[in-house]
Parts: sequence; C-alpha cells; structure tokens
Amino acid sequence: MKAWDAIVIGGGHNGLVNACYLQRAGLDVLVVEKNEWVGGAATSRELTPGFLYSNCSYVCSLFRPEIMRDLELPRFGLQVISYEGGAVFTRDGDYLANYRDHDAHRREFARFSKRDAEAYDRYSRDVTRQCRFIQPLLMRTAPDPTSFRPRDLGELLYLGKKFAGLSAEEMALTLRFWTMSISDFLDEYFETDVIKANFALSGIIGTALGPMSPGTAYVLLHHYMGEVDGSVGAWGYARGGMGAVTKALAASFNASGGTIRTGAEVDHVLISNGRAKGVVLAGGEEIYGKLVISNADVKRTFLKLVEEKELPDIFLGRVRNFKIRGSSGKVNIALDSLPEFPALPKDSPVYRADMHFTDSIERMERAYDDWKAGRWSADPFLDMMIPTTLDPTMAPPGRHFMSCFVQYAPPKIDGRDWTDADRDGFAESVISQIAQYSPGFRDRIVHMEVRTPREIEAEVGLTEGNIFQGELTFDQLLFNRPVPGYAQYRSPVGGLYMCGSSTHPGGGVMGAPGRNAAAEILRDLARPTLHMSPAHDVI
Amino acid sequence: MNRHVKINSARTLTQSHFRTLRLGTPFQPRIDALALKQDWYNWAGYRAPHSLWDEELEYFAIRSQAALFDISPMTKYRIEGADAEAYLDRVTLRDVTRLKPGRVHYTAWCDDEGFVLDDGTLFRLSPTRFRLCSQERHLPWLLDSAIGYDVSVEEETEAVAGLALQGPTSFAILRDAGFAGVERLKVLDLAEFTHDGATVTISRTGFTGDLGYELFVPADKALSLWDRLMAAGELRGIRAIGYTALNRARLEAGLIVANADFTTSEHAIRTDRLRMPDEIGLGFMIDPDKGHFNGRRAILEARARKKLRHVLVGLEIEGNIPAEHAIVYYRKSQEVGLVSAAMWSPMAKRNIALASLRRPYGETIVDDLWVEVYAMRELQYHKLMKKAKVVPRPFIKLDRRTANPPADF
Repeated sequence: MKAWDAIVIGGGHNGLVNACYLQRAGLDVLVVEKNEWVGGAATSRELTPGFLYSNCSYVCSLFRPEIMRDLELPRFGLQVISYEGGAVFTRDGDYLANYRDHDAHRREFARFSKRDAEAYDRYSRDVTRQCRFIQPLLMRTAPDPTSFRPRDLGELLYLGKKFAGLSAEEMALTLRFWTMSISDFLDEYFETDVIKANFALSGIIGTALGPMSPGTAYVLLHHYMGEVDGSVGAWGYARGGMGAVTKALAASFNASGGTIRTGAEVDHVLISNGRAKGVVLAGGEEIYGKLVISNADVKRTFLKLVEEKELPDIFLGRVRNFKIRGSSGKVNIALDSLPEFPALPKDSPVYRADMHFTDSIERMERAYDDWKAGRWSADPFLDMMIPTTLDPTMAPPGRHFMSCFVQYAPPKIDGRDWTDADRDGFAESVISQIAQYSPGFRDRIVHMEVRTPREIEAEVGLTEGNIFQGELTFDQLLFNRPVPGYAQYRSPVGGLYMCGSSTHPGGGVMGAPGRNAAAEILRDLARPTLHMSPAHDVI
Repeated sequence: MNRHVKINSARTLTQSHFRTLRLGTPFQPRIDALALKQDWYNWAGYRAPHSLWDEELEYFAIRSQAALFDISPMTKYRIEGADAEAYLDRVTLRDVTRLKPGRVHYTAWCDDEGFVLDDGTLFRLSPTRFRLCSQERHLPWLLDSAIGYDVSVEEETEAVAGLALQGPTSFAILRDAGFAGVERLKVLDLAEFTHDGATVTISRTGFTGDLGYELFVPADKALSLWDRLMAAGELRGIRAIGYTALNRARLEAGLIVANADFTTSEHAIRTDRLRMPDEIGLGFMIDPDKGHFNGRRAILEARARKKLRHVLVGLEIEGNIPAEHAIVYYRKSQEVGLVSAAMWSPMAKRNIALASLRRPYGETIVDDLWVEVYAMRELQYHKLMKKAKVVPRPFIKLDRRTANPPADF
C-alpha cells in the first residue's frame, strides 16, 4: 500500500504553505481536509448566489512576501489590494479617520486634539522600533533555551545579541511592551478617548483579553508587522476574498505535483512504537505516510487526534493549559446597495476601509466584561468593512459584501453551549449597532451568515473559534509556543509535526508557521532548502 | 439613540480636509500665479514650490536682488505667561534669560538623553511672550514640559503667515514699502509694524547668510503684505523663489536642516542615528552655567566621558563636482562618514559640503580625508575620489548681512 512521504492534516493556509514547500523539496505530499473545500479560516464561499464571503479572516497584511514569491502565488492568481485608512464613528455624530497620508492623518487627529495629532510621530517611532526587533524573528525557528545544541545556542545568542543591541531605554520599553496593556501603553502617548480607542483595537482583536488586560500591547505589535508589497503596516483585501490566498496556494501545490483530498476528516493519527505512520479517516480508511504534519491547533491535534497514551503527561498538561479561548465571531452580510453613513461624507475613502463604532477604551472593556460573564457583548466592537468597494469580484454590480468581525463572543453562554437563539441574539447586537449609524441598513440585507465560536469550531476546526490558534500573550510566544520544549514544530511523537498558528510566530494569515515547520522537517530529512528564500532583510 | 442626524459642530465642519491632501498657504494665490514650472514638494502638509521658474535665477535673486520665500508651513508655537522665560530656559539649550524682548536667537532642544529633538528660532516678542519656530512638531513635548510653569503653549502654524525677504535689496524694499524704522533693526532684532490694520512682526533674520528679514503676519493679511512688498520691490529686482534656491543659500551660510543633515530624535527609528548637540555643530548653544535644562546631565556626561561619537563639519572638496550623499573616507579606504549636503558655491567659488564624521575623524584627525563621488553622466558612473579639507563654517561671510545701517542697494 502506498505510503506518502508526508501527510498534512488540514488545508488551511499554513498547512498548504507547508505542503507546498515539502512538495517542492521533492517529497510526495498529501493534504487531507475535512471540508469539501480547502482554506481553513482563509476561505471565500458563495453562500448566496452572486456573493462571495471572506468567511473568517477578511484582510491581508501579515502574509510573508517571501512565501508569496517562493510559491509563485501571483502566478496562481493572488492579488492583494491595499486599502486606505479607516475610521471610528463617534457617538456625537462625527468620526475619527485614519488616512494613509501622514499630514492628512495628523490634521484628522488635530480635529480632536492638536496635542495627540503631534504625538503620533513618537508613538509611530516607538511601535516601529519594536516591530523591527520582532520582525526578523518571524521567519526563524525559536531557539530552545533548555537545549545545548549548537544551533539553539546560536539562535539564543542571536536573540541575546538583538536584545543587547537595544539601548537601556529601548530594552525597558521592549519589556514593558511585551507585558503591558494596550490601554496603559496608549495613555503614555495620547489623551483623547476616541484616538486611544482607534489604536487599541489592534491590541484586542482575536484575543480573550480586554484593552486593560496586561499583554495586549504585544497583540497590537503583531498587527503592525505586516505589509502590502513593501508598504509596511498596510492592510489590503485579497482580490476574490481571503479564499484567494488558499486558492493560489492550492493551485501552486497542485502545479508542483501535490495531492489534495477534500471531504477527508482525520479521526486520529496512526502511531506505532511512538512514531506516526499515517492517519485514519473518519470513515475508517487508513492512509500511510512517513511523516504527519498537523495544521490543526495544538489542542485539537494532541487532545483529539492523538491518543493520550502516546503522549508524556507534562506535555499533555501543558497542551490542556494552552490558552485558546473563543473571543470573537463573524457576521458576513450580502447587501443590495452600499450602506449610507450620514456621519461620513459620501466621497470619503473610509467607505473602502475598516469602520468601527467603539469610540472609547472604556466601552471596549465593558464589552469584555460581558465576555467574562459568559455573554456576548451587548455593545460589541466591530471591525467592519465592505471589500466590494475595491474588489468587484465579490458581489454583483451595485451590490456589496460586508464583513463584520465581532468581539466579544464567549465559547459558552452561561456555561452551556450556544443555541440558535443565542446566535440570532448575537447577530442582532451587531445589526442594531450598525443600524444606529446607518439608516435603512436592515432593509439592504439580502443574506447573512452568522458565525459564533460554535460555528467556527465546527466548520473550520479552530478550538473555541480562536482565530490565532492560541492567544498571542507573551507566555505563549517564541520558545513557549505552544509548549516549552516543543516550540520547534516537532512533537513528542516521532514523525509528527505541527505547522499551524499554535506554533511560532502565531496567528494571522502569515504563513510563517507553515514555512518554518517545513524548514525543520527538511532539516530532519537532511534535504536542501534552496527553494526557500531567507527572510527579507530588516535594515 | 438616534445617530443619523449629522451634527454641525466646529469639529465636523473640518472633516473635509481629506479632499485636499496638500494645503495651500495664505500666500498660495500669488505663488500659484508665479509657479510656471508647477514643481511642488510637500512641506509639512503644504504644497510648496521646489522652483517657480528657474532655480539658478531664483538663487541669484537671493544673492544680488531680493528673494521672497514663503515660510508659512514652518511650525510655530506661541508661548506666553509669567513663567515663559523660565520655561523656555528649561526646555531649550541656550540661556533665554539673556534673550531680551525684541531679540531672536537660534537654538535647539533635546530629550532627557541629550539627543536633539529639533533646532529652531526663538522670537522674544515681549517679556512674557515668545514664538518658537521649528521644522518638526513638538506640541506634546512642549506641553508636558510646561507642567509646573505658569505658561501657555499654543500651536499657531495656520494662523500666522510667514515670509522671508532675503538679499541685498531687501532693506531698501522694506523701507520703500513704508516700514518706517526698519533701518534700526540690527541682526537678530525684531520689531512690530502696522500693516493693513494689523501687526506685522519683522525680524532681521533669515536662512541665507545674506542681508535679510522675516515677516510674520495674521493669515488674513498675508496677500496684502505680499502685494505691498512686490510693489515696493519692483524696481529692486524682487522675485518669489522656491526651496531649491534657498537650500543653496543656506548651505553656503553653513546652516543645517533638521532631518536632512541630522535625524531628529522623535523620528529616529534606528537609535544609532540620534545626535547630541555637540555632534551636529550645536555645542556652542550649551551653557552649562545657566542652570538645569532638558538633556543637560546626559550632555555634560557625554562630554566628560568623551562619549560623543560624531561631529558635523564643513568640507571643501577639490574640483567642482558636487559630492551629495558621498561617503567620506580616511586615507581613501576607511569609511568615516557621510556628506549630507553639497554644492558648487557660486559665492565662494568652491565645492562645499556638510558632512557627519565618526570621531576622531573631523575632530582630531582632519588630514587625508577623501570623498567618493559617483557622478552619473549619460547612464554611466564616473567614480571620483576627491580630497576633502575640513573648513570652518559659514563658507561665505557677507559684510552686508551685518552692516548697520543696512546698505541701500
């Protein structure tokens, strides 16, 4: 019976990136995906005729350009369109916009506070300094500080040198940045509620923490590390929705000879003598492979797909304690026309960008209070956008697709599972918030897809619907991600690897975990990695 | 709650700025009419001319006639209060207690680590009122520093229009325009005059090393001031100019530009780009005896421990090919610095440059310095290794700049 060189469990973006690199290294690779389509949380689906939804992830910035280049994704149809700025609507009928032009940005902030407008440069300098420290670590395997292998020592030395290269003030800032709350961090620069709320958003997206929780400053950094074609920090829409990313990856994989099986849910990993031998599908079919790589999150991989007896107790305990907490949901809406926002001039570029309605950190924190109490937020914060203002492929002419990322949504409601009624109530909290700023909004709705943590876990497989496969707090980063001693994509089971966002450097549609895992696998196989570009220089 | 009603607050009325990414200054209608080249650049969010019709002739307007240059985009802060003097003495490097009302001085200010935040000019308009002009914006820094002082700090960039009138005939033009008493202004003096029912502040200052003045006026009186000067200067060769011409004149005068010749500390992402005053030729501003000022401890410690790493020098380079952004070498091989600005000086008839060197080069080792010039000619580089000599700044000294009374050209 055929034994594949490698079987990748899950056709999300990291699974596909990993599979592409392995296939291009000459391995015979099979990707097994439980859904009838690939993409994981980076999909575009037509759930109502003529409309494509970016069902889960909805914007692109973090995806590493080195990977796009190596895997020839533009050739396979990937195009990312930068969008301009964004805005927070204020309760007094105005808005605060972010513009890409530096001076327009300053003038916009000056409408609210001249002081804050002029504070932006220092804020931007400090955040950029931190990004430049972290960015080179994204495409490197984190060192294992407990090992004395020359490579780990070398990587530790690299980290140490980078850290030692910082001035005393920067070092202090770095440590504070990694541990403090986004609210406290912003207080050091800005005084205006809406301006702080505007920046705080990036600190809590996808995270089961509030803006006043320690550790959220780093989450902000994570969202600043991206780029669109060299424009650092920019965000864009993938033309055709986020499914275009995985569609291009799948096409690249197929073109290099790889095989994808959809509708193939893995029941468990086949292990004998402590070594992975393949996978068993839900129907009982056994597929053999010399290596098995899991794109699923660390909890799903080791608590569901691997039998407990195969794993050391301490490892299992740490996997159980790894924080993957559901905190967000998604509402995708098909609209028969472009919604109006009377606060916003009709020619504002903000229509093409991200829009928010939470104009103070206080309101964000109150929304988080609801999460702690086991309820969806009565006054949620939305990251809302209308990609069809820049990408005509996602809806019929004149009609629009609106994507609403919603926070907070707990994994359980008052300790019990979500019901359909809960889901509808959650959706209503979103629609009613939008409708308060957009008259006639409800009447424009043609179709709606509501995704609570329940739906995201059931369909995508992300534990509790956590978009990062584990929170990006500093206790779960670098050599602690996902579990100390197993931060280098390997696991306690021989031949079983991890390549999902539960591993370094974490979530977002970045692709770095998939690539880094491929590098480690090829190292174990003593295969060359010439087809893998080194990370771009940060100069 | 109904949020559909658009509220016409003062704040919402200013939303529309997004439609004009580059603002015009209060002088824009006049400048637009003269901008035959439509050659613009972005000066702090304003549409400013590189050159209006001919950069060579615009430069010579500064040196042999009179040049009118719009400085409105410069950041301006109004600093007022009983403690304004003490406050500014604490914030900036120079001794403000020695700056008398009616006087201007060139100064700089540093963060707590002694790194230069910016340089600029401080105008003392009265015992308790100052205007600080700078390249970058510093409102948070100035406000935070004001805690504990009886002082107000207000940004007034848009409200106040500014013009530089520079060149040998500039005095005669102001006199002919009817600014009686302007002949009494010595270098770095300022005085208030009436114009069109408002006050215009005229100072004998400038960025050219030439005889010249700067005029500040409320924005709504800008056009009438422009017209008054242009009319008075018609027979004395007055010309509006763009930044390229001014930049040449300032280099001849040996003056530095923030974020061109050094990186300001709030913009330096790479921390090795930070500079102390002594490292960019501003050490003369430091007065260790004046009492505490921001950065004092760090600056004095760096001096005592010889931790100053860079020095900014004037260079005279053999030949006539400008060495802009050339690398500076010691003994033609060891890289020791970078040229930040360079030109052939028509006034000095020399090839001049400003360069930042790594000490001790430029400090104690000043011989055997070379610059490597890559001169692109018809898609081919001519690589030239030219000898460079450290020379004092300014590169030119014009008696007419300081003559009293100023000459009637």
